[in-house]
Amino acid sequence: MKVKVISRSVDEFTRERSNDLQRVFRNFDPNLRPQEKSIEYVRGLNAAKLEKIFARPFVGAMEGHIDAVSCMAKNPNHLKGIFSGSMDGASIKFQMGSRSDILTGMLSVRHENQEPMSLNEVTDNFIRPTKEKYIRLWDIATRRTVCQFPGHQGAVQGLTSSIDGRVLVSCGTDCTVRLWKIPGATDESNDNSFKPIVFVSKNGFRDVDHKWEDNHFATAGTQVDIWDHNRSEPIRSFEWGQDTVISVRFNPGEPNILAATTSDRSITLYDLRLSSPLRKLIMKTKSNAIAWNPMEPMNFTAANEDCNCYSYDTRKLDEAKCVHKDHVSAVMDIDYSPTGREFVTGSYDRTIRIFPYNGGHSREIYHTKRMQRVFCTQFTCDGTYVVSGSDDTNLRLWKAKASEQLGVLLPRERKKHEYEEALINRFKHLPEINRVVRHRHVPKSIFKASALRRTVNETERKKEERRRAHSAPGSMKPIPMRKKRIIQEVE
Amino acid sequence: MGMEGEEQEKAEKVVPLVVQDADDELELIKKKYLRGDRANLEALKDKKLRGQLAHREEVYGKSATAAAKAEKWLMPNEQGYLETEGLEKTWRIKQESIVREVDILSSKKAFDLVLPELGPYTLDYTSSGRYMAVGGRKGHLAIVDMNNMSLVKEFQVRETVRDVAFLHNELFFAAAQKKFRSKELMSKSLDSILGILRGRSFSSILISFVDATCEIGDTMLEVGDVTFGVEDTILEVRDSSFKVEGIHIFITGMVQNFTASRLASFFHVMKEHGAALKLKFLKNHFLLASVNKFGQLHYQDVTMGGMVGNYRTGLGRCDVMDVNPFNAVVGLGHSCGKVTMWTPTNPSPLVKMLCHHGPVLAVAFHPGGQQMATAGRERKIKIWDLRKYEVLHTYSTGARTLQFSQKGLLSIGNGSHVEVWRDSSGNHDYRPYMNHSMVKGYQIEKVAFRPYEDVLALGHSMGFSCTLVPGSGEPNFDSWVANPFETAKQRREKEIHSLLDKLQPETIVLDPTNIGGLRPWRRKERPAQHEREAELEAAIEAAKNAPTKHKTKGRSKPSKLERKKKDSIVRAKRPFVDQQKKEEDQLLKKKQRISEEAQLPVSLQRFARKKAK
Repeated sequence: MKVKVISRSVDEFTRERSNDLQRVFRNFDPNLRPQEKSIEYVRGLNAAKLEKIFARPFVGAMEGHIDAVSCMAKNPNHLKGIFSGSMDGASIKFQMGSRSDILTGMLSVRHENQEPMSLNEVTDNFIRPTKEKYIRLWDIATRRTVCQFPGHQGAVQGLTSSIDGRVLVSCGTDCTVRLWKIPGATDESNDNSFKPIVFVSKNGFRDVDHKWEDNHFATAGTQVDIWDHNRSEPIRSFEWGQDTVISVRFNPGEPNILAATTSDRSITLYDLRLSSPLRKLIMKTKSNAIAWNPMEPMNFTAANEDCNCYSYDTRKLDEAKCVHKDHVSAVMDIDYSPTGREFVTGSYDRTIRIFPYNGGHSREIYHTKRMQRVFCTQFTCDGTYVVSGSDDTNLRLWKAKASEQLGVLLPRERKKHEYEEALINRFKHLPEINRVVRHRHVPKSIFKASALRRTVNETERKKEERRRAHSAPGSMKPIPMRKKRIIQEVE
Repeated sequence: MGMEGEEQEKAEKVVPLVVQDADDELELIKKKYLRGDRANLEALKDKKLRGQLAHREEVYGKSATAAAKAEKWLMPNEQGYLETEGLEKTWRIKQESIVREVDILSSKKAFDLVLPELGPYTLDYTSSGRYMAVGGRKGHLAIVDMNNMSLVKEFQVRETVRDVAFLHNELFFAAAQKKFRSKELMSKSLDSILGILRGRSFSSILISFVDATCEIGDTMLEVGDVTFGVEDTILEVRDSSFKVEGIHIFITGMVQNFTASRLASFFHVMKEHGAALKLKFLKNHFLLASVNKFGQLHYQDVTMGGMVGNYRTGLGRCDVMDVNPFNAVVGLGHSCGKVTMWTPTNPSPLVKMLCHHGPVLAVAFHPGGQQMATAGRERKIKIWDLRKYEVLHTYSTGARTLQFSQKGLLSIGNGSHVEVWRDSSGNHDYRPYMNHSMVKGYQIEKVAFRPYEDVLALGHSMGFSCTLVPGSGEPNFDSWVANPFETAKQRREKEIHSLLDKLQPETIVLDPTNIGGLRPWRRKERPAQHEREAELEAAIEAAKNAPTKHKTKGRSKPSKLERKKKDSIVRAKRPFVDQQKKEEDQLLKKKQRISEEAQLPVSLQRFARKKAK
């Protein structure tokens, strides 16, 4: 007879000394865990609820500008720096020369074209214009202005930094392009230490973007101009049609290709190696901004005036790859995450949304009571934060994942987060969890506006359906939304 | 090329046998961790989803392989066994000889405790198997730490105790008592509570007395400042008379830092349960299930205290109850021979099975949840398949009490004799494995396998005893599931986690694996032409070969037989022909409609459909 029974000595299964770690034994046998699926479901539900509780995306506001923030640019060589330019040219602040403490006043001038100098001449002895700081460099970590770049006489409309991170290019309504030396991260320098290189043109500018190699950059205005850092005249100019070019972006993959949107509702592709533009896509409404997907550089997304964003493949412009709906007012700016998996949009409806690159609806909506119309949005270079600049003169810093735990995670914490994410992902289709995961509180105005939009779309769809039912079969083919908003493609 | 191929084949054949066996064994273990077959993704239309699910299946496969390898190589303990040589039989081996063979630590686990005064005894283990609650019929309650064989607490309630059950940990247990009328005990326990509460930290536990008008929980939470207030209230309680029939939950070691001599204190009376005969605690749901003298099944949530369900079985007195560990469905055995299965959300049983021709004496569920054993008074034990609700095997032996062990051994207590059966062949045919006889005249009341140990505990009329049954327990415990060496800190942490993972009563269903699963794809598939033809052929062949009855009075004449056969062939063909005709008609109609539409001018085409109808 051979016999063995389970025998556990206490020494083997408990810790030796009281300051040792407790000993842990694992047995993954499913029979020891009855109803494991139900328990995981409950854990998933709890995880979804916890995610909602911890969803506090707003990190902080950065104030300093005295008018709406019109544009922003990242510094690719410095993670926590971000540049912002404002529309200060539209309102001019005067300071009384002798009794500055008492007589400070604000004088608004409605029209951009009105020249500040004429006013200056009138009151030359008594009043001088202050040097406005239209461009600021922010340190995101401390949310403070690191330095300011005074010089522009009107609203700054475009900002970009060179790929080596040394030169900041700005342009604006004052018909100048200015090249600034970006101070090093450690420099604590004064406002006036930078003397920009100024290129003057006949017309105002709307946007600027730097090429992904060389010392070239493109400006958008009455036409698309290609500039060199070392030359005061544009080296190339592209023109197709008479209307203003609103935005311009270089392709991150093929540096010679750039896309521009025009106020004649078109999106145009240019190749610097060719003498004439490549292609043009005319839509029913104009696109305010454009962004290339950094990971799939043949694709770009255009932020359109009709509340939607449209993702296109440059090789197949007759049809959008995806239509991203959710905003209830014109989309003003768009920027891709460095991962290329999602992009952030800012809209005239006073919200920012984050969309997946291939999803029709946004994954996230950010809003606060004080945030007005959003003119520019940027993902930070590490894809963890989103910065928005809005009409209320503030830049706002948001987390890209609303409930993400910031700071260094312990391995156990990280594992726990991963487990919870996996659970939510596993059970996200079940109604109870889906409801929690999908719910977002939105301002009443947006809630109502989206309901109205839904009603309008639904009635249009119904009407079309009825028209189709009462017309000859095949005479009214359904047009997908991906094609509906395109008028034509011009070669 | 050919030569190379042959060489390769040879190379493949020369795999060492040991390696192959190991692979087979690994596959066998892996199957357990795969938790069922792969989902059928062929039928999915959504390509993206199909890709995602295929990837997920792959991940499942990898994790199952990893788990199987971990089980094979990393487990600290091996399962117990009892092997015989020659003519020895395992069921002839006595406990004495086993105890002599095993190590000292294990030999101490087998014992007989004779307590002749207050029996018969019923018992329950905590899920880790470390603590045992003992309830003597005549009012003896005790908690024993089985690791170091020390008595945690013992006291007498001086009235009938019908059953005991541990709640989620060893600090709480419930006893089904007849009445709570012992004033002395009451005041004594309250005094001791107060003694401890003075100047000590107290875990925030609400203490309420159901029958009394006062609730002292509120004041108790603010101990320290209002000690007098507490005493006042309790004096009031002391004066009021207690005659409550129901379950009483006791708490041992209520004060966290009070470890020197643990205290058992009366905690809560639940009179709604009536005269409960059996108690079971559903660990994942924090539900205490009880069945009482009148055949009423009660579910009570022990966290919030609310009654979740109160159902009349309508089948009379019932004292046979077990919980299916797989799905937490409660099985009740009735005197009419029926076994009913209940969930807290359903007022009528999900399943009613007529299992025996006499009263059902015992019910036990296999830990896998797919088999059930029942014993009837007509001296039959039956093994049931719970997927098909069919009997698998019937044995002609009587049993007073049944239980399955973690590894699937079946213990059968009958009179003063206990047998352990084992399914050695793998087809659920249980054969005797071991047996043990007590002194004649002892009546075994309850058998309980100790989790994670090779021990079978017997509660009988003269006390309780433990025997060694090699191979009954799971050799390797999981510290996060049930830890026999749990410290107080770990216990507290686990309590919080298990409360967070508490399941709602609605999750008790017959098949809990359905949650989050894929709905089976239902598509009516039209059989192909050749399949239909084959079916037709088969039907004709079957009709031709059908046996003919021999009939008298000229009705079996060859001509008649021939005609009958022809008729039967025509009858067999009929449904196929009908089906074909129907389809052809449909096709014709469709064609006609299309042609009509084509002929008509565009403006009139929409009227064509109506006309065709």
